[in-house]
Amino acid sequence: MSEEKKYVLVEHEKPWRYEEEGYTVTRGSAWTGPGCHLGCGVLMYTNDEGKLVKVEGDPENPFNKGRLCVRCLDLPEVTNSDKRLLYPMKRDKDKRGKNEFERISWDEALDDIEAKFNEIADSSGPESIVFLQGTGRDIASWISRLAWSFGSPNYGFPLSGLACYLPRVSGMMSTTGSFWVCDCSQQFVDRYDNEQYEVPEVMILWGNNPLISNSDGFFGHWVTDLMKRGMKIITVDPRMTWLGRRAEVNLAIRPGTDAALALGMLNVIINEELYDKEFVDKWCYGFDELCKRVQEYPVEKVANICWLEAEDIRMAARAFGNAKNGCIQWGLAVDMVREALPAIQAIAAIYQICGYIEKPGCMIAPPEILFYGGGFGSDLLTPEQEAKRIGLQKYPLLHHGFATLQADEMMAQMETADPYAIKGAWLQTTNTIACMGADPKRFYNAARNLDIVVCIDLFMTPTIMALADYVLPAATFPERDGIRVGDGPQRGETINKCTSVGECRSDMEINLELGRRFNPSAWPWKDVQEMFSAVYDGTGYDFKGMREIAPAYPQFSYDRHAKGMLRQDGQPGFNTPTGRIELWATQYANADLDPLPYFGEPDPGPTSTPELLNEYPLILTTGARNWGMFHSEHRNIPRLRAMRPDPIIEVHPEAASEYGLKDGDWVWVENQRGRAKRKVQITTVLLNSKYCSTDHAWWYPEGDPEKLFDVFDLNINNSVPWVPGKSGFGSNYKCMLVKLYKVKDGE
Amino acid sequence: MAEKSGILIDYDWCTGCHSCEMACQMEFGFPVGQSGVKVFQVGPWQIDERKWQYSFMPVFTDMCTLCAERAAKGKLPSCVQHCQADCMKYGSLEDLVKEVSSHNKQVLYAI
Repeated sequence: MSEEKKYVLVEHEKPWRYEEEGYTVTRGSAWTGPGCHLGCGVLMYTNDEGKLVKVEGDPENPFNKGRLCVRCLDLPEVTNSDKRLLYPMKRDKDKRGKNEFERISWDEALDDIEAKFNEIADSSGPESIVFLQGTGRDIASWISRLAWSFGSPNYGFPLSGLACYLPRVSGMMSTTGSFWVCDCSQQFVDRYDNEQYEVPEVMILWGNNPLISNSDGFFGHWVTDLMKRGMKIITVDPRMTWLGRRAEVNLAIRPGTDAALALGMLNVIINEELYDKEFVDKWCYGFDELCKRVQEYPVEKVANICWLEAEDIRMAARAFGNAKNGCIQWGLAVDMVREALPAIQAIAAIYQICGYIEKPGCMIAPPEILFYGGGFGSDLLTPEQEAKRIGLQKYPLLHHGFATLQADEMMAQMETADPYAIKGAWLQTTNTIACMGADPKRFYNAARNLDIVVCIDLFMTPTIMALADYVLPAATFPERDGIRVGDGPQRGETINKCTSVGECRSDMEINLELGRRFNPSAWPWKDVQEMFSAVYDGTGYDFKGMREIAPAYPQFSYDRHAKGMLRQDGQPGFNTPTGRIELWATQYANADLDPLPYFGEPDPGPTSTPELLNEYPLILTTGARNWGMFHSEHRNIPRLRAMRPDPIIEVHPEAASEYGLKDGDWVWVENQRGRAKRKVQITTVLLNSKYCSTDHAWWYPEGDPEKLFDVFDLNINNSVPWVPGKSGFGSNYKCMLVKLYKVKDGE
Repeated sequence: MAEKSGILIDYDWCTGCHSCEMACQMEFGFPVGQSGVKVFQVGPWQIDERKWQYSFMPVFTDMCTLCAERAAKGKLPSCVQHCQADCMKYGSLEDLVKEVSSHNKQVLYAI
């Protein structure tokens, strides 16, 4: 993009490193591991032995202004945990699943992996090794470059329908040319006091509880900051949350019906002429077609679909449409339904036709230093190799957004070897069989047949115990240098090493070391600091220079679409085929998809498969976040585990009474595909007696390693199939039909 | 006699994030489950069609020293600094007493 690379600096008293009464204090960005989607400013205290003893929020960092959540406060317990992986290990392939790892040196590990990967590349082609990551750790830029420099186009996420963030990114990139975030003044060093800034009149929180979920570059408590400054909120959530309690209206939607709700709200906003006609005329494409489509979704019909009151839908649509400015903070729930893409398109159309784009307190395209999901080294791949990317032919929208494989196709290809066999896996930052993988046993069975599996992580996990032939120990963020080029508006902000643990190395050190063995010209840097400086090329700073002045904010102005700042060619408009925001999506039509938003019933579901309701009467949503845990992490950290000792399923009092369940009972949560063990918590936060909600990503680090830490008894994804939406994006992780029954003694 | 200090909680804004508890545990190395401040939850229950009771309240324990050592260095008590909802205020009791009546749902701790 043609954003001018000028930076606004934050005045701060403290240098990046200073002494304070016997401690060394290192200022920096709190970015991973352990996982997170933010990057708060922190002060890391180390003692005279170089041990991390305390982490505080940095009051001089505008992002979090000294505030911090429990996971960073408790970071010393993570970094110094006696459960950390401390050195490289190997295990014979025929001993997968046995707790029989053997310590080896870094040289031996890297020599072996290099030799075995090259052997596979020679015999089967580099595309037969997949490079997979989890989420939230600083990895996408580095693992994708590793894959591409090795010659494999198969970098990705082992998540059905890539159903986390990527559907939203791909959907937005293909219809608007950018991603969009709520303007909470996060792009300004002086934040809410900036003279250009205006507080949003209304924010819709859609399928997201940002206070807890630390979503994509969005510090959740900005919402309370803005509410104190007068912002009103509308929440879309099947559960009552602290925010929902304070909302103008909470729409307790039936899980998986988000597209219908958005189309119903569009129906109101269009038919009552609450949209911004000038903006639509000038900057949107396909409004008439959208107009026609929303007539198929009158509010009463939508209320019926979503199990809502029609008047509540109207109230929400009017409050948003009548506002002078507004924004929508959306969450994972919109990705985690099979037909996610049209839901995303419909939700985005609400703020698009209201003209809440590139104005203060509206939606803004986040300024970026590096597009980390495909911007660092995609040119290393030949067109011939790129064409072998798994799923690319079937799902052309993979050309937009993150340059990943399609995971459901990968899953099938691991089993069928069609069109070519998968021989090896590099699993870096992913605990696939405990967390994002659908049907974890299916992945497990297929991966056990691979010729080589390498895992890189902080702790022993069920995935490592089940599958790894080589294990490489990764560093937490106080143990490494880095740059914060992740989700949301990017800042020049460095991650600064202040301690060491065992022989752990950072993810990017590992990738640089191995990458230059495969392809020296693709990794010309002598160390990671030089590599980070290369990413900062064009900013006017190198890594060390940025470390001195960080945080540095790219200069920002509003109305960039009008100023020609959102298109590579410098013309006004948006980076789409028509140069406009496409309400009728050219790229969807080109991919033989419906170019307009529509609602697809969740399947199975109460409407699409009513015959299943006798056996499976409840609607389960999964993955609501807890304060102390990031996905499958933190179960082995005492202070954080104490906040959530058990995997919980929330059950409505009426349902509990109907099925004879008491608080604290252990139950199986089961559908036609599988089951998982949960402890019952009876609560009225569920706003319909048919709804239940449970934690995801459970395993017991204290359990038997050779029973894989009980992961197959605890993983709720036992119930989730590998079936994506028509576009290749979206999957039903958060809307399933289930039954509950008590666990028997000894189970 | 030295000026007495306290903490004012605007509990209408407490989101129950537990940062105050963890900040305190880590500042003093208290055992798991013990802290100078503990957050309690009240609700959720429905009051009427549109209204819910769902709030949190930090309560200070006998282990709280108001972070005297930090205060001596000009720093805020660790719970106050890290409060994500920014609903805790540290200051002299004399000043905070004046503020407590500025709006509803505030509570002042003299510690």
